[in-house]
Amino acid sequence: MSWLTAEHLALIFGSLTAFSILLYAILDGYDLGVGITLPMHNEPWRDTAIASIGPFWDANETWLVLAVGLLLVAFPKAHSAILHVLYLPAALLLIGLILRGVAFDFRAKVKANRKARWDYTFKAGSLLATFSQGFMLGIYVMGLQYNTGSIIFACFSGLCVTAAYAMIGNAWLIGKTSGELQLHAIKQCKIAGVLTLSGILAVSAINPLVNANVFQVWTEPPMAYVFAAIPLLCFAMFVIGYLALKRLPLPKDHGAWLPFFICNIIFICSFLGLALSFYPFIVPNQLTLYQAASSRESLLIIFWGAVVVIPVIAAYTAVAYYAFRGKADNLKYY
Amino acid sequence: MLDTLILSRIQFAANISFHILFPTITIALGWLLFYFKVRFDISTHPVWMRAYRFWVKVFALTFALGVVSGITMSFQFGTNWPGFMESIGNIAGPLLAYEILTAFFLEATMLGIMLFGFNKVPRWAHTLATFLVALGTTFSAFWIIVLNSWMHTPAGFEMRDGVAHATDWFAIIFNPSFPYRFTHMLIASALTVSFLVAGISAYRILRGDNKKAPRLTLKTALLSAAILAPTQAVVGDFHGLNTLEHQPQKVAAMEGIWHTQRGAPLVLFAIPDQETQQNRFAIEIPKLASLILTHDANGELKGLNEFVGKHPPVAPVFYSFRVMVGIGMLMLLMAWWSSYRLLRYNSLSPLQLKILIGMTFSGWVATLAGWYVTEIGRQPYLVYGILKTRDAVTTVPGEHVALTLVMYLVLYAVLLTAYIKTLFWLANRAVEVEEYDLTLPGLAESRAKPSAPTGASL
Ligand code: HDD
Ligand code: HEM
Ligand code: HEM
Repeated sequence: MSWLTAEHLALIFGSLTAFSILLYAILDGYDLGVGITLPMHNEPWRDTAIASIGPFWDANETWLVLAVGLLLVAFPKAHSAILHVLYLPAALLLIGLILRGVAFDFRAKVKANRKARWDYTFKAGSLLATFSQGFMLGIYVMGLQYNTGSIIFACFSGLCVTAAYAMIGNAWLIGKTSGELQLHAIKQCKIAGVLTLSGILAVSAINPLVNANVFQVWTEPPMAYVFAAIPLLCFAMFVIGYLALKRLPLPKDHGAWLPFFICNIIFICSFLGLALSFYPFIVPNQLTLYQAASSRESLLIIFWGAVVVIPVIAAYTAVAYYAFRGKADNLKYY
Repeated sequence: MLDTLILSRIQFAANISFHILFPTITIALGWLLFYFKVRFDISTHPVWMRAYRFWVKVFALTFALGVVSGITMSFQFGTNWPGFMESIGNIAGPLLAYEILTAFFLEATMLGIMLFGFNKVPRWAHTLATFLVALGTTFSAFWIIVLNSWMHTPAGFEMRDGVAHATDWFAIIFNPSFPYRFTHMLIASALTVSFLVAGISAYRILRGDNKKAPRLTLKTALLSAAILAPTQAVVGDFHGLNTLEHQPQKVAAMEGIWHTQRGAPLVLFAIPDQETQQNRFAIEIPKLASLILTHDANGELKGLNEFVGKHPPVAPVFYSFRVMVGIGMLMLLMAWWSSYRLLRYNSLSPLQLKILIGMTFSGWVATLAGWYVTEIGRQPYLVYGILKTRDAVTTVPGEHVALTLVMYLVLYAVLLTAYIKTLFWLANRAVEVEEYDLTLPGLAESRAKPSAPTGASL
């Protein structure tokens, strides 16, 4: 396996880690988003909204476990450097995830008069988890340090991620529901979309101003011309998405999945934008992918495992989404 | 300054103790559900579906708690023990990665189908999903126990510049203590579930539930426990012999043997005193420890005096061991006594029911006690002979660790209370549900229409 040099492996595992973070953001993004905008005034809506994510949320969160796991096993130095700085927000993230994960299950099993309490817990936990993720992203972008400026930026980034998850969560609901609830989701999706767009614009303006090499990546020809396609595509998607939302719902439910599809592209573009800004660093301005990678032998062992297993995971995930295709009805335990 | 080392140890112990409670249940409960489902598929008798439906709810709740506390665990290594991955990351990394790839995705994805897919997929596919969830939890247990037992009896590696490099993966996976530890843990899980099922079923019967399902589950649980409890004692004995070979100082602490001696007594109870290196108020059976551990009444056992500065704190190991074995014995007695009565008279006395309710969570206590023996007994090492615990700890300020520790503890207390309350509330609700009509002629038809006559809410 001599063609798989240590550099190749570092790049492969860097991409794999990035890929699981992206998938996590999209997948858990939609179910956290459903939690954030859970309609507290209407219980049947809540039941349907939660039923729409019921069979999936657990597998969605596993992508976070994989992302953190890959970072841990492939880039242990980066893992401890990053989590060392993000110790407290990571703890808040975990508490948010714990609260929402258990609330989801308790709500279906406790006395009727306790249900609303767990629904609030679900909503609060989703918010806490989402905001912490955005906050962590913000601190990361600011070079993993705390000062007044970076904390303000991180809080702002927390709000942006909240808006983005709310957007994709409601886009999911548009595909998964019908009637009044669908209309409600369309409305919410529009609002969240506008907020997300403003957030992305602001971050794209601030990031190159504070990081010199980010500025360089996006302005230095010839690659800058190629890279420019990413923000252009992203903004085009916002426009198309807005136009689509104005027309929905269509007869026979045509196009109900279009907003979700568009949100996926927006997430991918934003993520690519960030990844390009930081490559080859894994700890901003301190440690590159290549410096942080673990030994070649153990990466190879994991590499072959992943090559075999990830297609299998993709296959059975597809089976699960196929089994639960169509509109969400009331989930019952069987 | 608060001491980061002590706080990190407490925090790790709290998190993993909380986490292990739930996998301990799901590992064996998954197989029990698979058994119920297969029995239903073969007989189409609705009582099996009743049993399945009640316990699948417990499973779902337990699984959710296991997953969220597990996610906390995967952050712990980086946040609190950076030295762990730096020195043995080349071994631990692949093992953890394989756990995620082969176990977590499988169980998390199939769980959706198992819980909500009964009417959406063919019946065989639902049974298959139940099987795969059980298999997934067992795979998780496999990989994590491989890692943990490797930390106790490292093998198949070499150290270069203070970093472990793998030389033989077969030796790493099947390291000397792995077979014992894995078997012991699986049986511990099965016993925990047996007593959980027996306790909750006994509670329903005592509350006047005359349906068939709780009596069926009670019987299944007690008969399994009657077989498992003695097996566990035998496996535990082998486990102890293996530990004697690899970590003699741990066994000396477990048995409270301060000085090397021949014909060592078995200490039933005592207060080990670190200061004077003696047991106070000891109740002992002469020569029995030597007999059990060396199979010779006059065999020599090494005492703690041979490991000055290198042995674990004695009292916690000593007491925990007695708690575990004590509960193991209690389980054995109770399982045999109740099984006897059940086979003979086909019902239990109210006293037996009450004892079983009292023992609902006894498996948890024994399992935790067992882990404390193992883990505290390995101190001062984190990886036996290679890495000391204090060399792996983080440099995060103690105040931060203290803050998060308090948050976790409060959260865990709340969740544990809610969990236990919800189990009994589910049991209470099940008491009120009507029995299906056993004489219903349509029952055989349920073979064709699985959801029809069994469609009651439980
Ligand atoms: C994957 C590995 C692993 C697994 C499966 C377990 N442990 Fe562990 N345990 C560790 C890995 C570890 C560790 C990372 O090695 C620690 C952290 C600090 C230390 O001393 O060892 C540890 C320490 C540690 C301590 C503190 C020991 C001391 O301070 O003297 C306790 C009480 C436990 N564990 C308890 C448990 C329980 C209740 C477990 C399961 C039920 C368990 N451990 C499984
Ligand atoms: C002996 C100790 C352990 C056993 C037997 C065990 C077993 C399991 C099992 C069976 C599950 C599936 C969920 C459930 O059934 O509740 C699970 C979940 C999990 N465990 Fe553990 N585990 C142990 C310790 C650990 C440790 C030390 C870690 C840290 C790396 C860890 C990380 C996880 C994670 C991340 C999950 C969530 C997986 C998911 O998303 O499905 N576990 N564990
Ligand atoms: C009654 C006879 C039992 C004996 C003789 C016994 C023996 C042992 C020994 C010697 C250890 C320590 C191993 C080490 O040093 O690494 C241990 C650990 C453990 N025990 Fe037991 N045990 C018994 C019953 C039980 C029961 C009833 C349970 C739970 C239901 C249980 C659960 C555990 C667990 C979870 C561990 C830690 C994991 C491991 O190391 O395998 N044991 N046991």
